[in-house]
Amino acid sequence: MTTVPSPTDVDPAGAPSAPEGGARRAHVDDGDAAGLGRWRATGFVAPAMLVIAIFLVFPAVWTLYLGLTNWRLTGLAAAEPEFVGTENYTDALSDPAFRNSLMLTLVFVFFSAIIGQSVLGFALAWTARRLRPAVRSVLETVVLLAWIIPASVVAFLWLALLDRREGTLNALLGTDGTAWLLEYPMQSIIVFNIWNGTAFSMLLFSSALASVPPSQFETARMAGAGTFATLRDVVLPNIRGHILTNTLLITLWTFNVFAPYLITAGGPQGRTEILGVYIYRVALRDGSLGQGAALSLIMIIINLIVASVYLRLLRERRS
Amino acid sequence: MTVRASLGVIGRYVFAGFVFVFFALPLLWLLSAPFDAAPTVQVSLPDFTLENFRTLWDNPYAMRSLGNSVVIAAGTMAITLVLAALASYALSRVRIPGRDTLLYLLLLLSSIVTGTAAMVPTFLLMTELGLIDRQLGVVLVLTGGLLPTAIFILKDFMDSTPRSYEESARVFGASSLQILRHVVVPIARPGLATIAVWAVVQVWGNFLVPFILLRSPDRQPAAVVMFTFYTEGGQPNLALISTFSLLFSIPVVVMYLFVNRRYGFRFHGGIKR
Repeated sequence: MTTVPSPTDVDPAGAPSAPEGGARRAHVDDGDAAGLGRWRATGFVAPAMLVIAIFLVFPAVWTLYLGLTNWRLTGLAAAEPEFVGTENYTDALSDPAFRNSLMLTLVFVFFSAIIGQSVLGFALAWTARRLRPAVRSVLETVVLLAWIIPASVVAFLWLALLDRREGTLNALLGTDGTAWLLEYPMQSIIVFNIWNGTAFSMLLFSSALASVPPSQFETARMAGAGTFATLRDVVLPNIRGHILTNTLLITLWTFNVFAPYLITAGGPQGRTEILGVYIYRVALRDGSLGQGAALSLIMIIINLIVASVYLRLLRERRS
Repeated sequence: MTVRASLGVIGRYVFAGFVFVFFALPLLWLLSAPFDAAPTVQVSLPDFTLENFRTLWDNPYAMRSLGNSVVIAAGTMAITLVLAALASYALSRVRIPGRDTLLYLLLLLSSIVTGTAAMVPTFLLMTELGLIDRQLGVVLVLTGGLLPTAIFILKDFMDSTPRSYEESARVFGASSLQILRHVVVPIARPGLATIAVWAVVQVWGNFLVPFILLRSPDRQPAAVVMFTFYTEGGQPNLALISTFSLLFSIPVVVMYLFVNRRYGFRFHGGIKR
């Protein structure tokens, strides 16, 4: 390919006439090197947009309507759903199970993501810099494995670990017969989610710390600053943007996780029924699809608030 | 000073040790149980055997579900890759009005209309379309969710590839599709490979979408079928579950190692959901 002549080397006899050449140059200035033109470009973009429109945009928009009906999975209201106005929303807001679920979700996101994953991820990134490379790579690998192994498998690994009669945890701690998932269900799925998701924060903070100018660390060391002072005066000002990015992304993801369902199925007595699991129970197990759609919309709106803050930050940084 | 420094070193390694145990402990079972003649849920030195793998091989549902996972992952990956490559190439080369806003809007949508949040409308849509209990339905829903991110990343990638080859090919009379196939795709191969691996990893472990949309066990992928392995006595069939888990996990671990070695993982850290 290196010997392919550039357009200017081509024999003038075979070159297009002057006006066309001028038009092409205009395209080149536009970045349209392959000469796609607007119509063909639209043709290239259309299939992807069609799939996105049908399977991503339409469901979201349809939720607006579905949430105003009494659509059910089976029975009369399955064939002839009726318009019930905002009844689903008023029902949800006055339902203690929904408010309980929202509260549990807040606790779950706050402790497992904002506190757990962020702090442990940062501590890991901070510590790993000064470990021997071999130790560091073993440590990072095991954290990453917890992240990339399929959710169904890690859920079962935790069921095995926390098993009441023969679980490894009870054997190690000598707490025979402790039913972790019944006695401490929320704590269990919080620790599980920290274990499952810390890798992302670790990766993000590792690259953030690598971007802090070494001279600043050096200056801090010369001034005799301790670890705490270094973190506060050197690291924090440099990685503020990364902290915000990390917090918003893991909040969004943790808010939408479904994996705890595989461990506790929302129980015992709804004590781990975070929003996603609650929607599943109401809509698909109990069959109230209209009610479930209203809840879906509430969830999408909460997602929208978090995501739009994040995208605004992303856009500001890129421009 | 030296005391403080060595205390620091000790502190670091103690912390690293605790964290290592925390992360490694649940994983140990995946290494011990598949090779244990009498597996329990407890981690123990295995009474070594490969018999459990025969149990797995002889279970028709287990092997078929892994096949289903391959079909769903490969199908989603192929459609995502082709559609995203076409779209991102056109968006990179032609200034369509409102292009950047469109891209950000799509990215926003794909991050808020998650499988969990949109499970109700997705389920109803697939019911209306007659795609319930069909793998095609799962593939299309997953593709819709992955496309915006794939287009966004690939467009960044296409933007950074040189255009002079395309200009030359065009002067020699190649059509747009020929240029895309023979000039752009070879140059953009690392970006395409990244998206391919990313798509497979996303789909391979996905539980919720096939769990909601597929009814028959012989069409469900591994992530869903895993929770149906019980013995006649109603206990989880641990010989089967452990070997199955191991086999099911290996592909994503291998792909991770491949991407890590080839392109470095740090950059890709941000795109796993």
